[in-house]
Amino acid sequence: MEALEFIQNLVTDYTLRTVAIGSGMLGIVSGTLGAFAVLRRQSLLGDAMSHAALPGIALAFILTGSKSSLVLLVGAALAGWLGTYFVTKTVGLSRIKYDSALGMILSVFFGFGLVLLTYIQKMPNAAQAGLDKFLFGQAATLLQSDVYAMSVIGIVIVLAVTVFFKEFKLLSFDPEYGKSIGFPVRWLDAILTALLVVAIVIGLQTVGVVLMSAMIVAPAAAARQWTQNLGVMIFLSALFGCLAGMSGAVISSLSANMPTGPSIVVVISLIVVISILFAPERGMVSNLIRRYGNRKRLRVDLTLSTLHALAIHHNDPTHAHEASSIRVMAPSEFGVEKTLHELDKQGLVESNSEGKWILTQRGLRRAEELKANNGSEADD
Amino acid sequence: MTDKLAIDVEDLTVAYREKPVLWDVDMEVPSGVLMAIVGPNGAGKTTLIKAILGLVESAAGDVRIFGKSYTEQRSLVGYVPQRGSVDWDFPTTVIDVVMMGQYGRLGMFRRPGKREREMSIEALDKVGMADFRNRQISQLSGGQQQRVFLARALVQDARVYFMDEPFQGVDVTTEKAIIAILRELRNQDKTVVVVHHDIQTVPEYFDWVTLLNVRRIACGPVDREFTEENLRLAYGGRASFGTKLPNSTHR
Repeated sequence: MEALEFIQNLVTDYTLRTVAIGSGMLGIVSGTLGAFAVLRRQSLLGDAMSHAALPGIALAFILTGSKSSLVLLVGAALAGWLGTYFVTKTVGLSRIKYDSALGMILSVFFGFGLVLLTYIQKMPNAAQAGLDKFLFGQAATLLQSDVYAMSVIGIVIVLAVTVFFKEFKLLSFDPEYGKSIGFPVRWLDAILTALLVVAIVIGLQTVGVVLMSAMIVAPAAAARQWTQNLGVMIFLSALFGCLAGMSGAVISSLSANMPTGPSIVVVISLIVVISILFAPERGMVSNLIRRYGNRKRLRVDLTLSTLHALAIHHNDPTHAHEASSIRVMAPSEFGVEKTLHELDKQGLVESNSEGKWILTQRGLRRAEELKANNGSEADD
Repeated sequence: MTDKLAIDVEDLTVAYREKPVLWDVDMEVPSGVLMAIVGPNGAGKTTLIKAILGLVESAAGDVRIFGKSYTEQRSLVGYVPQRGSVDWDFPTTVIDVVMMGQYGRLGMFRRPGKREREMSIEALDKVGMADFRNRQISQLSGGQQQRVFLARALVQDARVYFMDEPFQGVDVTTEKAIIAILRELRNQDKTVVVVHHDIQTVPEYFDWVTLLNVRRIACGPVDREFTEENLRLAYGGRASFGTKLPNSTHR
């Protein structure tokens, strides 16, 4: 497909537009709430909730025979809630730890859901087709009305986060302190968790139960790399989610039978990888550069100081030394010659006719500065 | 008379899964004292202040702050949790954390403004951290984190402070700086209760002490209650595990 034609389609093609807007909306919702989930170390909770939703969807269909999104999603929400309730109870009533309880409930519910799905598949009336879209998501099945519903929920969630920004920040950073100053921590927690359930449930149709947790965790993890400000992080997380949702949905709509969940996850994973590598402060590349820079500065400073110390030793700042004298005082594999040539280029040292090294006037001043600075740091 | 007490705890009992962590604890603390809560590991020191603050549920007992229940007197109480209880990689700045101390006064929905900012800078100045106000909290050392938490409590402008191990993992200079601030609070007739680990420094730093080991062993002025006898009662056989008693003649 030509790029131009594609863009034209995005504007005019009704299905494509619906799918793109719906998935983008989902990305905003899951990105916003995911930021809090990640900061509160509840990433796995999202995973458990979405997997636990599957039997709810299947049971809702078996009991009502309806395939309307609303009925199925209510089933999903109830099952997801029941799953988290079981997790909390398991932790409270036994010695099983939170992560084990999550893993257990998640697989039990998901397995049961798969059994129910297989059962439905074998049911005589042929109406069952399509329920398996909840496994990996199929954005193409989104209707205009679904998108409206998603947009309303999205606006509610963005509003809630704006209104309760200060409260949610305190809840995420230090809930116990919040409780001590009289904040309704339990209520705030319930609101945030309920919103997370809603976000997951509306994502099930688009992304599916298996990969929905990526929509919660990945945008937030990527956003965290770029900023040290909670507000900015939430905004970026929503933006990344929206970007991944839209492009993933469009990619999947380009080829037949391509489920949306995996396409979205591929896009968001790409964003995560780029963020981990190239983010300015926390990125791996900038870390490497910084470490290299530090090492180089240390090398340069150490060489200058050594030359200076040697010169003082002779009571003659212009006393020349061989590179090997410096090498003796430096750690091994230090690259003394290389450093000396670098310093030469900066005009801090020069070599005389015998190939020995001398500090220049500037080099001398610099070495004295270094010495003074080191002295004051040691006093700290 | 009871109303004069800053903190009055009666028969406080806390249990986790039937096992008592605190049992029948009484504690009467007058206004204007600097008090340490000491006791061996697992004695329930942290649980005691958390139960007073209503952060853990108590099975029985009654807590009064200046004669009224904690929920009524919340605005008079400041809390410094253990430094390790939060994630210091949280994306926020020093001044932001300190301003959280005013959230209680602001209530829901209202955001901190210029006045809150100025008060927070003032509190940071008291703990010597004003220059760090725009730092990311992830860049702070342990002692600096502790001072930020202290500033957050100072900005609450409370009359009673509860501090959970404010000296944990801080260097000697910071420890002295913190104790100077606590003394200043006491001199302003505020009551400061500190969960403390190092019994060596109790007589030097504090004027009141509560010795705790699930049950209350002693509670009162240091020169009266901080006796070898009481310490042995609190630390029991465990004292031989290397806990050095001050002026101890038998180990």
